[in-house]
Amino acid sequence: MSAPSHNVDHAHGDHAHDDHGGAPHGSRRSYLTGFALSVVLTAIPFGLVMGGWIANVQVVIGICMALALVQIVVHMIYFLHMNSKSESGWTLMALIFTIIIVVIALAGTLWVMFHMNLNMMPGMEMSGSM
Amino acid sequence: MATMTETTPPGTEAPAFWDLDPHEHPPGASTMLGFWLYLMSDCLIFAMLFASWGVYGASYAGGPTPKELFDLKLVAVNTAMLLFSSITYGFAMIASDEKRKSAVLGWLAATGLFGAAFLAIELYEFSHLLHEGAGPQRSAFLSAFFTLVGTHGLHVTFGLIWLITLMVQVSRRGLEPANLRRLQCLSLFWHFLDVIWIGVFTFVYLLGVLR
Repeated sequence: MSAPSHNVDHAHGDHAHDDHGGAPHGSRRSYLTGFALSVVLTAIPFGLVMGGWIANVQVVIGICMALALVQIVVHMIYFLHMNSKSESGWTLMALIFTIIIVVIALAGTLWVMFHMNLNMMPGMEMSGSM
Repeated sequence: MATMTETTPPGTEAPAFWDLDPHEHPPGASTMLGFWLYLMSDCLIFAMLFASWGVYGASYAGGPTPKELFDLKLVAVNTAMLLFSSITYGFAMIASDEKRKSAVLGWLAATGLFGAAFLAIELYEFSHLLHEGAGPQRSAFLSAFFTLVGTHGLHVTFGLIWLITLMVQVSRRGLEPANLRRLQCLSLFWHFLDVIWIGVFTFVYLLGVLR
């Protein structure tokens, strides 16, 4: 009963090994695409901050953070060759796990420390004692 | 003492064999995954340093602020250096695919020069800050700055040492499988440092100046 399924598993294992030797490689074209995108995605935020093209600081901050996120994805795809198939998907799995931990740690730290700072305000202390 | 089990699957004459021992892995088969896992744990270190930057980044203790200290032109040049070194490493990887040893060495040398330029500019910036009395002991903002940017710079330094070592290896032994694997690991490491730098120039320098 388990013979056919075992064979399938084994074939799958072999396939995974074939992937290993050549972790996904980029072509000259994909490296240049990634490079061109990175240059644009770096130049825009530097221009925004150094040139002061947009007066609203909040908008500039939003654009900078958004472009950084896009550039990280560009690097992941064109330079680090991330895809769902390399190492049978384990690299992507590890990446997703890391992103979850990073988001929890960053958001949690900033959230907690921001509220601690608010509660430690000298003004709050005085108004509490009065 | 191989553990073999023999059974005859229903409906077939010939017995089927299972090899219950873990099958052979070619040398280095798991290196790339293992190295990726290392990078992910490194990513957590940087996440914590970014978190402390987020908490302390505005605690100037009456000292200098990012606006007064940071020279964005220098940071832009630095960013360009790292980006150039990324693309030259990419060309080294392509040359290694095509088994062109001298091209690999040439592109690695170019990568090393750009990386060294990055480090030189960063050290110049650090010495400039220290000279102005804006060392890591001045305020929580500067402690967080030096820890985060310094850790990244330290990674680049070790990347450079690795790169030079690998150039010697490749020139002596050629593009053998072990060296190709090492080239791939360093490729991941180098591009990963560029990804971290995106976070540094955005959150530390650009948003720091805007604050």
